[in-house]
Amino acid sequence: MEKLINQFEFGLFFWQILIFVGLILLLKKFAWKPILDAVNDREEGIKNALLSAENARQEMQNLQADNQRILQEARLERDNMLKDAREMKEKMVADAKAEAQLQGQKMIEQAKVAINSEKNAAMAELKLQVSTLSLNIAEKLLKDELSNKDAQTKLVEKMLGDVTIN
Amino acid sequence: MVILNRPLRLVVATFLACLPLVSFANQEIDSAKVNLENSHAVVAEGHHEGGHAEPTDVKSKIKAFVSHHVLDSHDFSFTQDDETGESWGFPLPIILLDEGLHMFSSAKFHHGKEVAESNGKYYVINHHDGKIYRTDASGTITENEETGFPSNVRPIDFSITKTVVSILGAALLMLFLFSSLAKSYSKNKGIASGPGRIFEPIVLYIRDEIAIPNIGEKKYKNYMSYLLTIFFFVLFLNIFGLTPLGINATGNLTITFSLAFLTFLITNLTANKNYWGHIFWMPGVPKPMRIILAPIELLGIFIKPFSLMIRLYANIFAGHIVLMSIIGLMFIFKSWIGSSLSFGLSFLLSILEILVAFLQAYIFTMLSALYFGSAVEEHHHEEGH
Repeated sequence: MEKLINQFEFGLFFWQILIFVGLILLLKKFAWKPILDAVNDREEGIKNALLSAENARQEMQNLQADNQRILQEARLERDNMLKDAREMKEKMVADAKAEAQLQGQKMIEQAKVAINSEKNAAMAELKLQVSTLSLNIAEKLLKDELSNKDAQTKLVEKMLGDVTIN
Repeated sequence: MVILNRPLRLVVATFLACLPLVSFANQEIDSAKVNLENSHAVVAEGHHEGGHAEPTDVKSKIKAFVSHHVLDSHDFSFTQDDETGESWGFPLPIILLDEGLHMFSSAKFHHGKEVAESNGKYYVINHHDGKIYRTDASGTITENEETGFPSNVRPIDFSITKTVVSILGAALLMLFLFSSLAKSYSKNKGIASGPGRIFEPIVLYIRDEIAIPNIGEKKYKNYMSYLLTIFFFVLFLNIFGLTPLGINATGNLTITFSLAFLTFLITNLTANKNYWGHIFWMPGVPKPMRIILAPIELLGIFIKPFSLMIRLYANIFAGHIVLMSIIGLMFIFKSWIGSSLSFGLSFLLSILEILVAFLQAYIFTMLSALYFGSAVEEHHHEEGH
């Protein structure tokens, strides 16, 4: 112990304390503070960068999801539109068909009515002519009968042949 | 290019591992040659100058070399030639307070061989403890019969010794490295560059693994400067001790004492109510026990930094002694097998010493942080005890 105490040197102690305390103060000002600040700043920077990268990723994901959703909606809308168009087309065709049928029916009806009326008119005409002709024939026959028998027969035959030609 | 591709840590570790080998080997080879030649010379001569007995054989020369290495010295010598007495190094300023200020160069002592005169007073460096004593003109040192220590008057010694130069060097190196590291951040957009860059992970480690867990998120910032400075200071001086410079600063009791003293001061000056409450009036134990515990806890205040001081000092001191003794064995064996064995052993020990250098710096910082943490801890008695 005495040997240890004897090793203690006050002058050296003085210099050591002086140099060491000076070193601490100088290093604190010129080294440790800037170094630790820089390191802290850098760590904060890295932390922030990571955070913002994560945020960007999240945003990107949201954006992508949005896009997906919008795309989906557009697709759905397109499908709906197509479906509507198809329905409309079918309806129009069906409508047109019905209309045409109705029209046709109407025209047929009209035609039938016209034909009937024409037919009736023709029949009336025919009846009139037949009766006139019959009367004419009968008149001539009666006239010939009175004069010539042969001539009458010939006349009848001739008239009958005329009628067939007619 | 291959080296550049390796991890930086590996390169640094390899470099550091090689340093002490180169260093101690060189130094010892020099002195060994000298020792061998000189031992013959001394034997032939049969006497030498100076009042104290200098070692003559290789064994005691190595012992003397080792025991002088671990002490502080008043000049900075890298190696010396015993035969001519020539020494390569440089003298350091001596500053003494002895009834007035005495300033002169340590060259006056001629490496402890001569008596230096200043303002009419005579001083001599005692060979055994490397300290300066006031003597008469012939340089007589009288030893106390009982203790064996010199009884001469010791002036107050403010000399710039080898250790002061070393800590100054370490301080300047740290200032340069870390201020350049600090500047590189602003220059390089927040990313470290330059030679200080390799220390950034260590700085972060001290913050994240030592300061925050021990002191707490709220208050650790107040202690960061001290913890970082003390870690690198101890680490650099430990590593310096393994280089050829022959420095032994952290193996010097005064240095470790002052470091521990600062930890002691900071701990107790920043301590809060809870800390003192736990020392003098321990909560949660019966009243008679509190009276018994108080002196023990009070003693603990001093034992904690004392253990810091002794731990660092003893580890580094012992490491230097063991390493140098084993290197010295090479020159005692002087055979292929023995010398190469001790070379291998000293190689392994050098690597171990590098580990110890880092470990002791870590432990010192870690325990300081622990003590600071206990001083500022906020206790919740209702829940805790």
